[in-house]
Amino acid sequence: MKPADTVPEEGPGTSPPAAQSEPAEPSPSGRKGLLRRGAGGALSWVVGADTLVMTVLSIFSALVIGALLMIVTNSSTLAAWARFPSNPGGAFATSWSLVAAAYGALLTGSVGSPSAYVHFFTTGSAAAFNTAFNPLSETLVDTAPLLLAGLALTLAFKAGLFNIGGPSQIIAGAIMAGWVGLTMSNLPLAIHMPLALLAGCFGGAVAGWIPGVLRARTGAHEVIVTIMLNYVALNLLVFVLGLQVFLPPGGTNSVSRPILASAMLPLLAGSGLRLNASILIAAAAAVAVAWLLSRTTIGFRFRMVGGSHDAARAAGVDIPRAITLAFVLSGILCGLAGAVMILGISPQLVQNYGGDTGFTAFIIALLGRGKPGGVVLAALLFGAFQAGGLQMQVSTSVPLELIEVIEAVIVFFISAPGLVRAIYRIRVGGGGFRLLSQGWGG
Amino acid sequence: MTKRFGPLVAVDGVDFTVRPGEIHALLGENGAGKTTLMNILYGLYHADSGEILIDGRVAHLGSPRDALRAHIGMVHQHFMLVPVFTVAENVILGAEPVRRFGGFLDRAKARALIHAQAEAFGLSVDPDAVVENLPVGVQQRVEIVKALVREANLLILDEPTAALTPQETDELFQAMRSLRESGKSVVFITHKLGEVMAVVDRITVMRAGRVVGMTTPEATSESELASMMVGRQVLFNVVRSAARPSAPVLEVEDLLVADERGGKAVDGLSLTVHGGEILAVAGVQGNGQTELARALFGLAPTLSGRIRLEGRDLTGCSPHQVARAGVGYIPEDRQREGLVLGFSVAENLMLDLYDRPPFARGLRFSPRAVRANAESRFAEFDIRAASTSLPVSALSGGNQQKVVLAREFSRPLKLLIASQPTRGLDVGSTEIIHRRLIEARDSGAAVLVVSTELDEVLALGDRIAVMYRGRISGYATSDTPREQIGLLMAGVGGEASLEPVP
Repeated sequence: MKPADTVPEEGPGTSPPAAQSEPAEPSPSGRKGLLRRGAGGALSWVVGADTLVMTVLSIFSALVIGALLMIVTNSSTLAAWARFPSNPGGAFATSWSLVAAAYGALLTGSVGSPSAYVHFFTTGSAAAFNTAFNPLSETLVDTAPLLLAGLALTLAFKAGLFNIGGPSQIIAGAIMAGWVGLTMSNLPLAIHMPLALLAGCFGGAVAGWIPGVLRARTGAHEVIVTIMLNYVALNLLVFVLGLQVFLPPGGTNSVSRPILASAMLPLLAGSGLRLNASILIAAAAAVAVAWLLSRTTIGFRFRMVGGSHDAARAAGVDIPRAITLAFVLSGILCGLAGAVMILGISPQLVQNYGGDTGFTAFIIALLGRGKPGGVVLAALLFGAFQAGGLQMQVSTSVPLELIEVIEAVIVFFISAPGLVRAIYRIRVGGGGFRLLSQGWGG
Repeated sequence: MTKRFGPLVAVDGVDFTVRPGEIHALLGENGAGKTTLMNILYGLYHADSGEILIDGRVAHLGSPRDALRAHIGMVHQHFMLVPVFTVAENVILGAEPVRRFGGFLDRAKARALIHAQAEAFGLSVDPDAVVENLPVGVQQRVEIVKALVREANLLILDEPTAALTPQETDELFQAMRSLRESGKSVVFITHKLGEVMAVVDRITVMRAGRVVGMTTPEATSESELASMMVGRQVLFNVVRSAARPSAPVLEVEDLLVADERGGKAVDGLSLTVHGGEILAVAGVQGNGQTELARALFGLAPTLSGRIRLEGRDLTGCSPHQVARAGVGYIPEDRQREGLVLGFSVAENLMLDLYDRPPFARGLRFSPRAVRANAESRFAEFDIRAASTSLPVSALSGGNQQKVVLAREFSRPLKLLIASQPTRGLDVGSTEIIHRRLIEARDSGAAVLVVSTELDEVLALGDRIAVMYRGRISGYATSDTPREQIGLLMAGVGGEASLEPVP
């Protein structure tokens, strides 16, 4: 501890005791209010900017480490470095070209290549359209479930809960949506598809309710319960995949029948691209979560519970109910993520459905810093990573797993802001900065 | 012995000298830099500039270990004892005497050491008692013995009387005097003026990190010291008219509340508070007052007994229901139960009203109403903060308490429960809070104040109930001699005055 830390609670706004003797000058309240807002606005801008800078630097640092890993694991760069004494320039050139090619492929695989866009705008052909916009479409398709699950975890975060049960809730949503989607034939799209989505929400709600009610009524820690429920859900999926309802006629290969066409999410950009309504659902969910948190009494209650159980209880909040509700809503969003996956992306249930989405969502919620807008940006980034990573693997010899490493290293830097500050020599000054470091460093 | 400080950050250019064989009071409000200064002396913090001279030589105190070697000992406000260890084990911890062969602990020597110090300074402690079973006053003695065994010549006592009964305080002062007789120096950090006048030789007053005065008890008065601390004139006892009690508002019968370990914190307590009066509950910390206040607000479950508000049974109601019935609550730990520290000041000003107009209509929540409410509360309660959107954690303790008060006063109150309403606050904020509590009384509400500060109890209470071991050991008024209240706080001789004073 430094002496400076011990000046107790004398924030920028508090006046010395001497000033408390006489009441404030009766000044026009309008101007006073304006001044107050001005100061507060400046402070929150500084904090916001700091967070943004730290996030960007974390991502950048992770990409640098990713580049270094590429160089030390690639046989041609290693060979070039072995000839370093005789040809130092060659080692750098080989390394540079590998990194540039890999990250170039990551970029063109996620947002597209300029030449393809130029080609489409000059020819206007449907084939050129598909080639040009396929990377963006893939990014958005990958973003949708990540965004939904990331929002789910953010909602729980806000109520002070760690929902590690993303995988189980996604699986529950996928099973329920899948069951409705592949059994109820002869329904029109306008009924079947929404029904399947609702079923997915219901599955997620149940899977979220279990840890929620256990935490609220018995105090069982939600992290333990949700982790364990993930295994339950994985094995439930194995069981479900053995049921005749899900299997193709005579099939025993643990891959379900595909979802009926009437339950599939409609495509948005023609049959040549996978882009479908899932991204619209996810975007609507982001708006809904933002609204819930800042403009409803439920959101205020969640934030109060997340801020302090004791204060919330003294303010008359029924904490068990709030916790259960937060977990159910979080589960619904995860269930919706599972539903849009099976109704729009990979329409057959298989073992380990959803894969890492539930865990990646955790990183996204962390990167999004508890703000729905931040979660949208983080989900887009990770959607781009997934779509571009495939392209990177195809066009260079860099494996897709490197993307996972980069994602993990991002988390590492995000949770160690002191390290990022040390690397980039960012000085910690003013009250706002210290607040931030308390938030993440404590 | 001389200690000098050049310019510091939290402690700004302070010169401070302690002579051998004196009791030196370091006086100042919270945040004045007293504790920081002493922590530098004890090697916990490092001065950015300036130096410490001991017996004329520059000393480098990089850690408490260095300080101990320089014969400086410190008794912290919160004791640094291992609760499950015995007194002897605590005293020798970190400086264990070992036998010459085999490195085994020499318990006999430890006991002898403790006895020697205890004899010399009248600090009797049982070396074999387990610390967690000892009363607070005795634990403090253990801390002092611990420092003495390490041959401390300068003893720093940080707010040592905060948790003591008047009797225990007298015993402490006795020990301090005998330490002085033997040539040791004592630095006594406090903000209680009466104690300073009673026991010390010299007084240094600090304000906002600077020394604002150095004097002796003979050359000054309590009110002069107070204005030095605060930087202005202070009204000690807020002027108040006589209470005009009306009908009983709060009636408590045979209340039984469990503590955390399953014992009885409140043990068959009954009391009545009338409208228009302040009932002050006095008592040493840990005699069930905290649990009583929490149980009345529905935060702690009642095992048996009845709580009635204007005849309406509130036993077993949730905090939500109790608040809606017209009860305000100022919690003992404002940072834990009173505020959501991460929330803005504006949000903290309406925590418990979040689901009713104007803040909410149905499910819709209005941030604009939150801001508007905050603007008006700011002016009304003189809350000092740069902005209503600032996190409440950035405010000083006094302003935080004003936020709690402003919020509780924003709904109609029949009963106000204030638990330790001015704990840790400076004199100026205390005065404001007291005035508000009396205003609540004058507006006809019943006010129940729980406080361990006798001064506060005497300043506020129209009637005083003293709690001891979960029961009321007697009633008093502000005319009752302090000694008698002190005896009631220690559970002695209460029977005669057990009848409630009307």
